[in-house]
Amino acid sequence: MASKVTMRIQRFDPAVDEKPHDQDFEIELPAGITILKALNKVRAEKDPTLALRYSCGSAICGSCAMKVNGHARLACKTQVSDCTVDGVLRIAPMGNLKILRDLVVDMDPFFDSLGKAKPYLEAGNGSVPEFERKQRPEEFLQIDPSTTCILCAACYSDCNVLEVDDNFFGPATLAKAHRFIFDSRDVDTQARLRAVSKKTGVWDCTHCGECSTRCPTETKPLERIEEIRTKAMADGFHDNVGARHALGFRETVGKRGILDENYLPARSMGFFNLPGLLSLVPIGLRMMMRGKNPPLIPHKIDKLEEVKKTFARFEELRK
Amino acid sequence: MKYALFTGCVAKGAGRENLVATYLACEKLGIELVEMTDAACCGAGVINEDNPMVADILNARTFALAEAQGLDIMNICTTCQGVHRKAQRKFEGKPKHLARVNDELERDTGRRYKGAVKIKHFYEVLLNDYGLEKLKGKVVNPLSGLKLGAFYGCYATRPPEVNDLKNPDDPDELENLIEALGATPVRYDDRLKCCGFPIAMMNKPNSMQLGGNAILSAKQAGADAMVTPCPLCHLNLDAYQPDMESRVGRKLDMPILHIPQLVAMALGVSKEAVRLKTHIVRPTGLLAS
Repeated sequence: MASKVTMRIQRFDPAVDEKPHDQDFEIELPAGITILKALNKVRAEKDPTLALRYSCGSAICGSCAMKVNGHARLACKTQVSDCTVDGVLRIAPMGNLKILRDLVVDMDPFFDSLGKAKPYLEAGNGSVPEFERKQRPEEFLQIDPSTTCILCAACYSDCNVLEVDDNFFGPATLAKAHRFIFDSRDVDTQARLRAVSKKTGVWDCTHCGECSTRCPTETKPLERIEEIRTKAMADGFHDNVGARHALGFRETVGKRGILDENYLPARSMGFFNLPGLLSLVPIGLRMMMRGKNPPLIPHKIDKLEEVKKTFARFEELRK
Repeated sequence: MKYALFTGCVAKGAGRENLVATYLACEKLGIELVEMTDAACCGAGVINEDNPMVADILNARTFALAEAQGLDIMNICTTCQGVHRKAQRKFEGKPKHLARVNDELERDTGRRYKGAVKIKHFYEVLLNDYGLEKLKGKVVNPLSGLKLGAFYGCYATRPPEVNDLKNPDDPDELENLIEALGATPVRYDDRLKCCGFPIAMMNKPNSMQLGGNAILSAKQAGADAMVTPCPLCHLNLDAYQPDMESRVGRKLDMPILHIPQLVAMALGVSKEAVRLKTHIVRPTGLLAS
């Protein structure tokens, strides 16, 4: 059954507008219509100047990502009826990218950032195979999720860290790094892990989960970032605050069953990192003044020996 | 009503006021709590990155401990809550993996998790088990005139499949709770954003900018204070607020309250008892009575 919807679309024409503004289009939409089809109906019936980017209409090309009610989604994969609230559907361009016009953003920073992941196979100097570089199915399974990325930039749009720091690799680039780090045919694994373990890499992700929530494929960048962190630590890339924090976390929970909040910050910074340790002093003092500092003798849980047994078998349990 | 209380690490350390307030609020409501003094840290998504199997065993052990008592788990930290739920969903979706986790758990502890425990945050207990209407009936000190911005934090809303919010992209649950306590909820742009806590040490400028932006967003929408179900959000937004002020170049002066503090005060507990004085940004001027 058709229903009337107010499509509240963010407009921006750099030739005339100082800043973006909303424009309402009242439109009759049939049941089962996607947002992409509804936008094209607006163009056909209401305003042909509305600019948007799309191509396949089948969630394959990744062209039509935009914000629907404040969150990035593929317009072609989203039903109007699922998102209309009190008869209103809010549409805006993706975030973290410069608006060129209406719903069209400048994708260059996104595609440029992918270059940081060296998104090509480093097969080494060995002989070139006659047909192809083979991989066993179980080896492919490791990179199956990260190969499904369609470069739509929905994750880039809603990433909380990119909002405050465009030097961050970003979720799509880290997922792309994953695709080669875990590729059995790639010989550059250690160099890749070293690169993503540095500042602006995997440890700068704040774990907000927006990337995986917005991702329209099985790429799920946060899970891939977690897998890279696990591998980086297993392969010995420990010389950074993020890895030291994770290792210190394990140490204190393994010892007491509960976190020792006095030990962890110093362990994370590095016991010989004087500037790092000094940076903790103001917050430590501030909390002490309010009696908010963690107890000097940290707690431990009851039946601690049970947990200690599990931690003692730690290496055995490493996947 | 009776729950196994999983305190989480922060409520035993830098956020003890959250635990104190939880006990006071639950006492007023007649909710009985059995503290899980033998449960280990949830791993906070960190142990999971070091070794997923160890994290799963720790959480299966926690669930088995509650199960043995015949109680559901109540969390007072959305990070614990999110990590627990994520582990639980993983166990539900992968029975073979749960069997392996249980074999390891049994080897170390003699316990097995059968899969019957429900995991709820304090605010979910109030909303779904206790009921807002009943809660309203218990309010003796309505927080009238107070404009409060709910700060959900990441784990309460993402990933959406592991939480029970009706609309995780635009939730109302905490606003409804604020309203039930007599205060006025303020909706603001950054209420679902990250507070920056997880990278406070890895990249402090970014962390301070994230937290500063969130507070600024609440302030510009007219909030007198922010309230959060996550003690880690509280820790970052409160204890680091002076650093955030330097980062965003503005005085913020935004009190950050734990949900149990708010509930306890509306039920007649004094602000001294819920330890508002321990906050770095003291809610002076607010809650004057």
